[in-house]
Amino acid sequence: MNTATDPDKITGPTPDNALRAADASDKKDGPVLAADGTPLKKSLGRALRAQKLRALAMIAPLLIFVVLTFIAPIFDMLFRSVENQIVSDTLPRTTQALKDWDDTSGQVPGDDVFEAAYIDIFYAAENKMHTRLGTRLNYELTGVSSLFRKSGRGLDDIGEVYKDQFEDLDENWDEAEPWAELMGSDAWLAEARAWEDGQPLPKFELREGIAEVLPRTADAYSQFAAFTRVEEEDNVFNEEPWTLVHTMLYEDLAAGDVSGYTGPRADMLIAADALVDSPEFETADLKAVFEDIDKDWMDPVVWQTIKMYSPDYTSGYFLNSVDMQKTPDGPALRDEDERIYGILFKRTMFMSLVITFSCIALSYPVAFLLSNLPARTANLLMILVLLPFWTSLLVRTSAWKVMLQQQGVINDVLVWIGLIADDNRLVMINNQLGTIIAMTHILLPFMILPMYSVMSTIPPYYVRAAKSLGATNWTAFWRVYFPQSVPGIGAGSILVFILAIGYYITPEIVGGTTGTFISNRIAYHISSSLNWGLAAALGTILLAVVLILYWAYDKIVGIDNVKLGG
Amino acid sequence: MADGSNGDAFVAFERVQKSYDGETLVVKDLNLSLPKGEFLTMLGPSGSGKTTCLMMLAGFETATHGEIKLDGVSINNIPPHKRGIGMVFQNYALFPHMTVAENLSFPLEVRKMGKSDREAKVKRALDMVQMGAFGGRRPAQMSGGQQQRIALARALVFEPELVLMDEPLGALDKQLREHMQFEITNLAHSLGITTVYVTHDQTEALTMSDRVAVFNDGRIQQLAPPDELYEQPQNSFVAQFIGENNTLEGTIAEIRGDHCVVKLDGGETIDATPVNVTKVGERTQVSIRPERVEVNKERLQEGAHTLKAEVLEFVYMGDIFRTRLRVAGRDDFVIKTRNAPDQIRMTPGSMIEIGWLPSDCRALDAP
Repeated sequence: MNTATDPDKITGPTPDNALRAADASDKKDGPVLAADGTPLKKSLGRALRAQKLRALAMIAPLLIFVVLTFIAPIFDMLFRSVENQIVSDTLPRTTQALKDWDDTSGQVPGDDVFEAAYIDIFYAAENKMHTRLGTRLNYELTGVSSLFRKSGRGLDDIGEVYKDQFEDLDENWDEAEPWAELMGSDAWLAEARAWEDGQPLPKFELREGIAEVLPRTADAYSQFAAFTRVEEEDNVFNEEPWTLVHTMLYEDLAAGDVSGYTGPRADMLIAADALVDSPEFETADLKAVFEDIDKDWMDPVVWQTIKMYSPDYTSGYFLNSVDMQKTPDGPALRDEDERIYGILFKRTMFMSLVITFSCIALSYPVAFLLSNLPARTANLLMILVLLPFWTSLLVRTSAWKVMLQQQGVINDVLVWIGLIADDNRLVMINNQLGTIIAMTHILLPFMILPMYSVMSTIPPYYVRAAKSLGATNWTAFWRVYFPQSVPGIGAGSILVFILAIGYYITPEIVGGTTGTFISNRIAYHISSSLNWGLAAALGTILLAVVLILYWAYDKIVGIDNVKLGG
Repeated sequence: MADGSNGDAFVAFERVQKSYDGETLVVKDLNLSLPKGEFLTMLGPSGSGKTTCLMMLAGFETATHGEIKLDGVSINNIPPHKRGIGMVFQNYALFPHMTVAENLSFPLEVRKMGKSDREAKVKRALDMVQMGAFGGRRPAQMSGGQQQRIALARALVFEPELVLMDEPLGALDKQLREHMQFEITNLAHSLGITTVYVTHDQTEALTMSDRVAVFNDGRIQQLAPPDELYEQPQNSFVAQFIGENNTLEGTIAEIRGDHCVVKLDGGETIDATPVNVTKVGERTQVSIRPERVEVNKERLQEGAHTLKAEVLEFVYMGDIFRTRLRVAGRDDFVIKTRNAPDQIRMTPGSMIEIGWLPSDCRALDAP
């Protein structure tokens, strides 16, 4: 016994010695060189390059398909959770003007803002954008949608005031041609006059110098001309301008002097200038008109909302997703009765956990039995486990509806055997219980399969060894078998939990109102309320939660310990 | 050390039978007893029933019929964990999720031993197999030989009186295996434990055991100490299975007490010791060990029968020469001669004359 030596000290070749020799040779200084003197790594890389390229070429079709149809749309969708260009795109002048307004003052902003809003909303209404913007802002402040819809119609009236007066002065102010001659360049006028149906419409050009004399009018007319040519595909030469152009003409005439103008229709313009300067000329009070359209315009909250959502990117959707909102003083929690997403997230987590644990409890014995049966029997039973996969998810869920409802199979049986009274049937559906029962059933195979594949690799001699060492059946199981089956439980749990947390169909059908998940809310925002930004924010949070859980699991259990097979 | 039932036997199999399917018997009427402290090896080809016997003793299989007694008490109905038998498995069966120390501590923990006692015993067991520094390692971080030592230490740490080993060295390479054979026997003898060792490696069986039970077809063919087993095989199976062996077939021509003359099928006559042949005219298989064949006529007894042989092949093996001969119509007759300075190296094609002491030539049953 004393002459015995350590197995490591045996002289002569053993596999251990070979390993140690390989270890030692690795520790030599410097990179290992190939026969021709290049570093071995480099030459290996070169040798493997063709192989790698071939492998890449083989997966390329699937990779491109996945990127185009899966990854790109997901990122595009998630990006919507912060995207907010619609406000500044639709109301460029207003958002600019609102920059100088103190949104904590509690006062309605000044006339410049109203004028900017008038121009922006007028253009938006012509482009039919004002309702979309109204819908967007309505997510943040209820009522804005109708405010913009009404304003789109009502703001035309402002221009009418000026248009009517100019028209009374000279009929030509209501005609298309005189306006075109006044604003357009000679070259364009010639082309526009010669235009016939079917030809491409000539591109509008401003008359030289008119922009200096009538800057705002020129700008508005240019917008009108472009809109007419591109959107309506009409010849600007034949179209009466928008009433906004008349308003702008008034402003230009009121602000400047046109006596220096000598181009076409100079007499018409000078007469109009005289009219504007006369005391009888009637002007419209923008604020009053806005108030007249809807008195909500006099509510500073509307302007606060527009100002808060003017940046191109917003955190508003994410704040909404966590039951908060933007206020002039920074993000704040919503009122108690308006908080829904926190509850939904918590409920989703809680129910997913309950479903995961139910699946573990139900699957473990099944997987244990399967892994201890002879292969033939195990394969036969495995088909039974996989059978649900061959049936539509919708059918299985609907079957639970039949089973669980108050007039359903389970209640009928319980009443029949007298366990419950007929007028006291159990409520098992359209609540959390229904969702938990149905989803546990549906996700069960995802737990059994990884558990089975791990358990079937645990050799029977471990339990035998434990028993021979004096462990009872239970101790042998709990101390020796169970720890080795934990990777299977881990893999199954990750799979089931992540599937459960984003499940949609089953909670939608059997969940009622108390048994729905966050995914049902996301679906609602995608398909019913059309608030895609909020849906994207909720989805992003859900994705982040899953990734964090995955990361935490990797830290605690180690993802290497997760085995799906082998 | 009688192989029947014995009142003083520590382990005893009494008329044990085992069937898995109810149609064939894997173990047929096994009677075996071993005294305390003996190192007994169950040797046999795969499917001979040796592992089944071991598993019945360990309690993982139940005997279909008969009784297994441990220290005079029938253990047929005692579950494995209450038998207190240490066991070493072929694949070591070290728990992969526990460290070496935890593995060793496991049998003590389930025996509700106190922490300090456990630590002391674990340390002693690890020192016993010279693995004292490895307590914190996991089984996967050790080589096969190291794992084997730990498995041995774990089977011994709770001080069982009986240890079972199921081909424990099967997964090791040759060098390490020979070393471990030596260590296991040393350990078993110094601790005075009774050991039942299962192997299909006859060298292992011969070098390690006090006695070897040769299994075939569900029966013990012979139970004897290694030298007796090798030199005096009781039947042709044992003769074939243990070591290299030359066989010649013939009929008994004459029996005189412990000496007989066999007439080979080719017509030659040879001397032999009758083992399980009883009457003249009976078919027999004669068995001679290659190293007991004498080529030097002077060393043979007066009047001994000799055979003519043609040298077919000469193989130089270092310590010995292995020469293949054609004898009595068979060309697989092998002799081994020691590589001594005066030893002749036979050239293929030459004719020689061979003979042997009648006691080395055993006339066995003809299967």
